[in-house]
Amino acid sequence: MISVQSVTKKYKGTPRPALDQVSLEIEKGDFVFLVGASGSGKSSLMRLMLREDVPNSGSVHVLGENLVGLPARRVPFFRRKLGVVFQDFRLLPNKTVAQNVAFSLEVIGKSQGFIQEAVPDVLGLVGLGEKADRLPSELSGGEQQRVALARAIVNKPAILLADEPTGNLDPTTSEGIMALIDSINLAGTTVVMATHDRSIVDKMQRRVVELSAGQIIRDQATGSYGVRS
Amino acid sequence: MRFGFIFSEVAQGLRRNIAMVISIILVTFISLTFVGTASLLQLQIGQMKNYWYDRAQVAIYLCTDISPEATCPRGEASEDVKIQVQERLASATLAPFIEEFYFEDHEQAFANFQEQFAGNAVAQYVKAEQLNETYWVNLFDPNQSQIITESFTGLAGVEEVRDQRSYLDQIFNILNIASLAAISVALLMLVSSVLLISTTIRLSAFSRRRELGIMRLVGASNFSIQLPFILEGVVAAFIGSLLSAGAVLGLVVFFVQGFLAERLPFTSFVSLSDGMLVVPLLIAAGVVLAAAASGLAIRRYLKI
Repeated sequence: MISVQSVTKKYKGTPRPALDQVSLEIEKGDFVFLVGASGSGKSSLMRLMLREDVPNSGSVHVLGENLVGLPARRVPFFRRKLGVVFQDFRLLPNKTVAQNVAFSLEVIGKSQGFIQEAVPDVLGLVGLGEKADRLPSELSGGEQQRVALARAIVNKPAILLADEPTGNLDPTTSEGIMALIDSINLAGTTVVMATHDRSIVDKMQRRVVELSAGQIIRDQATGSYGVRS
Repeated sequence: MRFGFIFSEVAQGLRRNIAMVISIILVTFISLTFVGTASLLQLQIGQMKNYWYDRAQVAIYLCTDISPEATCPRGEASEDVKIQVQERLASATLAPFIEEFYFEDHEQAFANFQEQFAGNAVAQYVKAEQLNETYWVNLFDPNQSQIITESFTGLAGVEEVRDQRSYLDQIFNILNIASLAAISVALLMLVSSVLLISTTIRLSAFSRRRELGIMRLVGASNFSIQLPFILEGVVAAFIGSLLSAGAVLGLVVFFVQGFLAERLPFTSFVSLSDGMLVVPLLIAAGVVLAAAASGLAIRRYLKI
């Protein structure tokens, strides 16, 4: 599903590579936590999986696509098979909840009929069926992240990439979001989630990949956040 | 990508940037009006050339008593001179080039002069014998006036051989300079309209960078990301070029046909159909420039 082979990524102006000979295999249906300090390379690795960047060396295969050799014009079509959520939600403030979700389908050319069916469905799934006509500013942080999750999964992606989705939320709200992501995973979607949230990782007991200084220092099938330092 | 969605994106972009859009419309309008005016001037020059070159004659002016000593030492041209000129015009060497020629004596020249300058003070002072007797020559091909000039210049009793086209060329030079000036202004204005369009599109893209980010994230194709912005520039420039088309046609109808043509009845002027010829050129120029400018401007927002 996702295969990263001895990938090195250097950014201009920094002597140490952000990723140094990283290899990682993720199977269909996996739920993987990427943990590690800031600057350890979690975000760089996610960017490579999303083909926002290409590595200096090594190969990245996602969903059967060789992302290193993928021509720029085919990148949009690759991204339609992924769902992404971020710490800062990235909603459009002048569109309602339903319009935010519909927008992501409109721009990839889905029919009005499909949109009218899919949007209420997915909003029901994330528990926001009643709030379809609210603006993001009228919602709590947890609800906004639910909208972002709805937008990410409305097109039924095979993989969900989540970059610190609970980073801006309080513990109780985070638990709700994690329950939602867990149910998305149970429905068959592969989940890769970068996080700093120790309690979540410890509680979920899923695969944990720990990065430090651009290298994988731990890869456990069921693990916790790591030793307290 | 559905048409309705793109249309609403374009309308939203135009509304959001209304001041910039109006300035694009105005700048394109002015610049293309200059382009149109320059094209019409060129058409006018072409038309006048056709009309007047065909009618241009070569004049062989004979000496009068008041001609300058240097060219006419013997004063008024004698009958012998006239016979000589006439024979030479009718000779086997020149005849094939000449469609017709006729002689204008002092009295006819005086009558023509009085008619031309009726009401002008000079008509009262000039006397018949001061005006040159002239052989007017129409050539089959007006470009070959050189032949006449060479045969008669320097002949005793001939004051001057003059191709009327030399007068016309001065007029055409002035018109050419005017159309060059119009083209230069048009070019400057077009440069500023291209810069204005790309700035506006950048602004528009910047104010929608959230949307652009999300579009890229969810996998909108480059084409569907680009299209609303390109259309935004094109729509604004299209409105500007329509206005300039209207201005150019108005210029033809009200100024050229309504004003000039009535006051100068013996000149052929550009007509509405010539104006219609320029209109598609203006619209195409506006649309193509806007599409290119906004396409280039949006390109850097498309980097993946």
